[in-house]
Amino acid sequence: MWQFVLRRSLLMIPIFVVVSIIIFSLIHIVPGTPIDNLMGPGMTKAHEQKLVEKYHLDKPIPVQYYLWFKNMLHGDLGRSIIEKRPVTELLLHHLPYSLSLGLTAIVLSFVLGVSMGIISAAAKNTIFDHLAMLVALFGVTIPAFWLGLILILIFAVWLTWFPISGSGSLMSLVLPAVTVGLGGAGLIARVTRVSMLEVASKDFIVMLHAKGLGKRAILLKHILRNALIPVITILGLRIGWVLGGTVTVEIVFGRPGLGQLLITGLFRRDYPVIQGAMLILAMGIMMGTFLADILYALTDPRVRDQHH
Amino acid sequence: MENNQNQDSIRPPANRWLRRVKKIKSNRAGLLGVIIIAGLIFIALSADLIAPYSYKEQNLSIMNSPPSGDHFMGTDEFGRDVFSRILHGSRISVYVGVVSVGLSVIIGVILGALAGYYGGWLDQSLSVITDLTWSLPEILVALLLVAVVGAGIECVIIAIALTYWAQYARLIRGQILMLKNEIYVEATRSLGATDFTILFKHLFPNAIAPVIVAATIGIGQAIVLEATLGFLGMGAQPPTPSWGAMMSNGTAYLFISPWVIIFPGIAMMITVFGFNLFGDALVDIMDIREDTLK
Repeated sequence: MWQFVLRRSLLMIPIFVVVSIIIFSLIHIVPGTPIDNLMGPGMTKAHEQKLVEKYHLDKPIPVQYYLWFKNMLHGDLGRSIIEKRPVTELLLHHLPYSLSLGLTAIVLSFVLGVSMGIISAAAKNTIFDHLAMLVALFGVTIPAFWLGLILILIFAVWLTWFPISGSGSLMSLVLPAVTVGLGGAGLIARVTRVSMLEVASKDFIVMLHAKGLGKRAILLKHILRNALIPVITILGLRIGWVLGGTVTVEIVFGRPGLGQLLITGLFRRDYPVIQGAMLILAMGIMMGTFLADILYALTDPRVRDQHH
Repeated sequence: MENNQNQDSIRPPANRWLRRVKKIKSNRAGLLGVIIIAGLIFIALSADLIAPYSYKEQNLSIMNSPPSGDHFMGTDEFGRDVFSRILHGSRISVYVGVVSVGLSVIIGVILGALAGYYGGWLDQSLSVITDLTWSLPEILVALLLVAVVGAGIECVIIAIALTYWAQYARLIRGQILMLKNEIYVEATRSLGATDFTILFKHLFPNAIAPVIVAATIGIGQAIVLEATLGFLGMGAQPPTPSWGAMMSNGTAYLFISPWVIIFPGIAMMITVFGFNLFGDALVDIMDIREDTLK
C-alpha cells in the first residue's frame, strides 16, 4: 500500500510541471499586455520600456517560464502587476474563502447525493425514486450561477433567513455551499443509484437474502459499502467541477475567494495573478484526484495490486 | 417465400434511420425532448416574426415593470420586453451550442478515430490530453481560453469547442479500438481497401452512435457554458440579447426586478432538459450499450 501511495505521489510531479507549462504558455499567447492597463496619461515610451523590463516581458517566453518556475519553488509567484502586492500574499488571503466553500460543498454533495441514491435504489421505480432522480437531474442541469441567484432571491431577499452576500459569518456560507453542492449531489445520487442496483443483483447479495439476513442490514452494510467505490472515484474525478462551480458562485455571492481573484485578474490581464490562481486551482484538483485514488486503493485491493 | 425472408434477415438494415424515427414515437420522454428542441429551433429562426416587441428598443417610462398583460415576463432596466429578449436570445444559445459542439465533434472524431486506428504516439498524447481535460473544470478551461482568444461570441465558440473535443475523441477512440479487429475489417482489407476507406467508410458509421448521444447532451451543456461565460461578462456584447448577459445585467436589479433573471434561467433549463431527454432517448433508439458512454 505504501508503495502505491509513493508511486502515486511521484506521478504528481510530472503532471504538475505539464500543467504549469500549459497555464504559463496559454496566458502568454494573449495579445495585449498588462502594461497597456498600467500606462497612465503623460507616460512616455521610456516609462513603458522600464515597466516591460521590470516584469521581464522583454525576454523570450521559455526564459520567462524558467524564471517563474524557479521563483515558484521558493514560494514566490511574482507580484500582481495591478495591485503591486506579492501574488502569494493575495492567494493566501483569498484561499480560505474558497477552501471553506469547496470543502463544505463536497461534504454536502456527498451526504445529500448518497442519501438520495440510497432512497432511489431502495425504493426503485416508486414515486420516491422518480422524485429523487428528478431532483438529481435538476441538480445536474441547473447552471450554478442561476441557482445561486434564485436561492438569494428566495432565502435572503424574501425570507431573510440568510445574508445576501459577504463572507463574515458561518451563515453566509450556507447558500453558496448549497448552490455548489446541489450539482455534485445530483451526479452522486445518479451514480449511487446505478451502482447500488448493480451490486444488489450480485450473487453474494442473493445469498445473504437466502440466509435470512434482514433487508436493512443487507442494504446498508453490504450493498452500500460495495456500491460506494465508484461513487468515490466519481467524486475524485469531478472534484474539479466543484472547484469550477465555486468560481462562478463566488462571483454571485460576492465571496472574496480565488474565483473572484481569477476573474478580476482575467479582466485586467494581470498575468501573475491569473497564473497563480489557476495553479492553485489545478493543485486542488490534483490533490482531489490523488486522495480519491488512495481511497479507491484502500477500498479495492485489486487496484493497488495491478500496478505491481 | 421462405428464402426471401432469410435474405431479409441477413441483409443489413435497409433503413436504419427510418426505424429509429419510428422508435422515438414510442419513447415519451424522448418525444418531449424532440418537441422542446424543435420548438427552440423554431423560436430561434422566427424570433423576428413572433416576438411581440423589439429586443433593443428602450422605453424608460416602463422600466423594471413586473409581469403584466402587456409584458407577461416584465421589462428590464431599460424598459425592454423580457419575453422578446428571451426569444431573440435563443438565437445566440442555439448558434453557440450547435456550432461549438459541431466543431468539437469534428476535431474530436477525426483525432480520436486516427488515434484508435493507428495507436502509437498519437494515441498516447491524446490520452494524456483527454485525462487532463477530464479532470479540469470546463469553466476554468473555457475562461483561460477566452482570456487567450478574447471575449465575444466567436471566441466563446472556439473556447467551448476546444474545451469539449477531447470527450468525443475519447468516445470514438474506444469504439474504433473495439471494432478494428472485427472480421469484416479484415475482409475489407484483404479486398484491397485502403486504411482511409476502412476507417471512414466502414468503421465510422458503426462507431459514431455514442458520439451522437454525447453531442446531443453536449449542446445543452454548451448552452449553459455560454450563458455562464456571458454571465461573467465574456460572452455576447450588448445590445445582443443572450440569456447569460441578460441575467448578468439583471443581478444589479435582483431586488427590484427579479423576473429579468428568473425567466431566462427557466428558458435555459427547459432547453437543457430537452437536450438531455432526447440524448437519453437516443441511447435507447440507437441500441447503444450504456457502458460505452462512460
